[in-house]
Amino acid sequence: MEVGTGKVHRVAGPVVQATGLKSHMYDLVLVGEEGLMSEIIGIAGDKHVIQVYEDTAGVKPGEPVKETGAPLVAQLGPGILTSIYDGIQRPLPKLVEASGNFISRGLFVDGIDHKKKWEFTPVVKKGDKVEPGQTLGTVQEQLLIKHKIMMPPGKRGTVKEIHSGNFTVEDTICVLEDGTELPMIQYWPVRRARPSRAKQAPTIPLRTGQRVIDGFFSLAKGGTAAIPGGFGTGKTVMQQTLSKWSDVDIVVYVGCGERGNEMADLLHEFPELVDPRTNRPLMERSIVYANTSNMPVAAREASIYTGITTAEYYRDMGFDVMMTADSTSRWAEAMRELSSRLEEMPGEEGYPAYLGARLADFYERSGRVTTLEGTEGSISIVGAVSPPGGDFTEPVTQNTLRITKVFWALDSKLTQRRHFPSINWLDSYSLYDLTLEPWFVENVSPDWNKNKRRAMEILQENAELEEIVMLVGSDALPEDQQLTLEVARMIINFWLAQSAFHPVDTFCPYKKQFDLLKAILSFRDHAFEALARGIPTDVILKTPSKDALAKVRLLEDYEPELNKVLAQMESEFKTMS
Amino acid sequence: MTKEYKTINEIKGPLLFVEKTEPIGFNELVEIRTETGELKRGQVLDTSNEVVVVQVFEGTGGLGKESTVKFTGDVIKMPLSPDIIGRVLSGSGQPRDGGPPIVPDVSKDISGAAINPAAREKPRAFIQTGISTIDGTNTLVRGQKLPIFSGAGLPHNDVALQIARQAKALGEAESFAVVFCAMGITNEEAQHFMADFERTGALERAVVFLNLADDPAVERLLTPQLGLTTAEYLAFDLDMHVLVIYTDMTNYCEAMRQMGAAREEVPGRRGYPGYMYTTLAIQYERAGIITGKKGSITQFPILTMPGDDITHPIPDLSGYITEGQLIVSRELHRKGIYPPIDIRPSLSRLMNSGIGAGHTREDHRAVSDQLYAYYAEGCDLRGLVAIVGKEALSERDRLVLEFADAFERKFVNQGRDEDRSIFDTLDIGWNLLSALPETMLTRIDDHLIKKYHPRYRKKE
Repeated sequence: MEVGTGKVHRVAGPVVQATGLKSHMYDLVLVGEEGLMSEIIGIAGDKHVIQVYEDTAGVKPGEPVKETGAPLVAQLGPGILTSIYDGIQRPLPKLVEASGNFISRGLFVDGIDHKKKWEFTPVVKKGDKVEPGQTLGTVQEQLLIKHKIMMPPGKRGTVKEIHSGNFTVEDTICVLEDGTELPMIQYWPVRRARPSRAKQAPTIPLRTGQRVIDGFFSLAKGGTAAIPGGFGTGKTVMQQTLSKWSDVDIVVYVGCGERGNEMADLLHEFPELVDPRTNRPLMERSIVYANTSNMPVAAREASIYTGITTAEYYRDMGFDVMMTADSTSRWAEAMRELSSRLEEMPGEEGYPAYLGARLADFYERSGRVTTLEGTEGSISIVGAVSPPGGDFTEPVTQNTLRITKVFWALDSKLTQRRHFPSINWLDSYSLYDLTLEPWFVENVSPDWNKNKRRAMEILQENAELEEIVMLVGSDALPEDQQLTLEVARMIINFWLAQSAFHPVDTFCPYKKQFDLLKAILSFRDHAFEALARGIPTDVILKTPSKDALAKVRLLEDYEPELNKVLAQMESEFKTMS
Repeated sequence: MTKEYKTINEIKGPLLFVEKTEPIGFNELVEIRTETGELKRGQVLDTSNEVVVVQVFEGTGGLGKESTVKFTGDVIKMPLSPDIIGRVLSGSGQPRDGGPPIVPDVSKDISGAAINPAAREKPRAFIQTGISTIDGTNTLVRGQKLPIFSGAGLPHNDVALQIARQAKALGEAESFAVVFCAMGITNEEAQHFMADFERTGALERAVVFLNLADDPAVERLLTPQLGLTTAEYLAFDLDMHVLVIYTDMTNYCEAMRQMGAAREEVPGRRGYPGYMYTTLAIQYERAGIITGKKGSITQFPILTMPGDDITHPIPDLSGYITEGQLIVSRELHRKGIYPPIDIRPSLSRLMNSGIGAGHTREDHRAVSDQLYAYYAEGCDLRGLVAIVGKEALSERDRLVLEFADAFERKFVNQGRDEDRSIFDTLDIGWNLLSALPETMLTRIDDHLIKKYHPRYRKKE
């Protein structure tokens, strides 16, 4: 398409109308003398409707609108990792260099460095037939991350030339027989999913080290989870903990419409974090998008797409990727805001009628897949929703729950009691329960699901009993029920509660999770046995080993202490009378 | 060259529709002169080849088709100089204290560009407000925005004033300023604030913007922008630590709704415009610290929740942007407790970075968590007591219940001029906790108990 220039006709906030354009839907255009990055979002008669990613103050009718002839694309190639971007993949540190502490307008900065040279090692040779997605060669992007340079999707041919050595991302590294010159960099329109060969079933758990998640509501690799939470439910801490501890190769964190100080915290803290598995900085395998709430709303809308596109790119190399979207409610609000500026007919609560479709499109880009090349990669998505006033019936939450398979119900009542992670154990669920069971049986213990169910039953009974207690007080309950209350309290305080700020407790391996829960259940069995022998509840509850059990989780090398406590428990119950 | 136009086609509420203009820039500042010569100011909200829509800050009273409209070709700017400290200005930035106009050193665009998140410094300097419920359990740090959610008839203004009076960093003497923005508050409330500022000498280090209840509502939309532009100047040009108090955000949002309705926009929740979240975010996000700059902006927005309803769009959206909230409770106020801050729904999201060894004291987090846990549990138990009476409680529950009562009387309650140090606050916490058996202190590590529990400290 020929690239032309049109004229601004009308400006109302971030929405601009222009005449004289030939661009297609979602093509990128540059608005005004300053060349503000914008996107075509509607065509009406001779006018194009444009959403501008930057502040439009001062833009006048009659100013030029330059076409680019292409939609909003992400730049994909070595150099993405460790980056901190805004919603349209502009590196924020580069923006500081370009415009100082405040973000000014009309800046264009490449998503990846086009000058830096990378050492490219080919894996194909002259005469090889290459298929879409096939690896042409590799670049050691980070010490532990080998970046595959792949054939772009949809391209195939026979290698005529392949180079080896140091190149920039724009240099040609491969020439095909048909004359196509391939650089390392790929441009991919962010609103279109990158293709893969096939989707796989979710049969492998994503380890997070969080007892309430791994033990009760586990997420599969390639799965989707929603964290809804009104404000102040510990959602952000929870998501950051997940980014730190999940066993994935690449972490993509999209801060969509979140707080500036929180992003600053993340940006300061992330580079300091050490990957527990490799002792390397976590940042080396992370990509952060930070589009705070006061940055332009259209860029916020785009940030989710930019984020998932980079996630897909690394998935295509065969990596396990976790994308955290914090928060999809802010994303939906951006859609709502833009929709209302376009004077579209509003759906429920003012959200556009296509809200559900957009959310589904996004979550469907997750999954464990066989890549075009035949390797295996995955994208797991954890999306936060922030329902107004904690009301789960609102449209964003409801549309999200229809799609996601895991629901971690953050509960502000638990936050108020300082119980973290504040995941409500009665309201949460995981639909991966049964598909993941074989993995746990094989890799941790055959009793994994059995113990989990026992604990859940106790908690369920506890909830029912608590209602009675609210009416009549705990003393009015029979002794066995009082004991159940106490065991439930142990599960809640010693096992479900986990401190993200405690150096050891913040991460709990599967084995430790299992052992701790087993110990609590074993206390329960001893206690009920003692009760059957006629020992009164208040004697049982004074067992010193019960309190000792509380602190085992805080120990790195917990097994000797746990065994000691268990032995002590054994003897205490034996001698109890 | 700026031209004057007499082509007003339509006037509707606060909006002017001007036709047949040269190309006019979006958000441009507009000067409108009535036939009698009165000058009003406005801003371009929508511009196209056919018509320009202007919102008039001082109200459209007195305007007619014969009024002249002048487009200045520039966006609204705030004139600034160090002399602005100590001044009282109107909601649209005109002198209100009878003093001369501000002779600007610089003029700054008031729209507030976003601070690049990569240029932000992580807030971590503890601010001692001298109020236990804030310092102890909802700690404020420099660069934070912590709103007070209150209701009609509650003493939120007193709390804000007490914070403005007492706020200080530990062991540092630094240049410090207060920017106070009043939006749609009554004359009486304004006088209350001004009297207190004068009583304590705070006015000498304050800049006051007053938009009173009978001033035009549209003007209110400008007030926080002017105030925050001033704050940015004081913080990042003059290296001062600035505390911005604005009251009442509810009036600000009402004005936004009024404008939205006048522009016949598609309304969002409860009639508030769909962009309210972004607009609020642009104000609130102007708090913070910039790497390499000495100053900081800390914000204390006050908003009254209509009908004490925290799910109302104004507190709800605010809560998503601000770093926590302090909830003023009607129940505590009725019990005669001041400041009636209910710590259970209150939260300071930046607390963790500003407390602990090196900031306050190593036991701060643990003590706070433990206080929270038992106070919350104690409050729950009150519901039970109302049904079954105290006698039916277990011994443990009775202790927790007594703890909650004592907590309100001794920890929450304090004098209007009582300036407690953080160490006093933590010690009050320990004294309350010492009424419970040590085995109940499950959230506190043993070594902290050994070091700070009154039982062990007395032995020293």
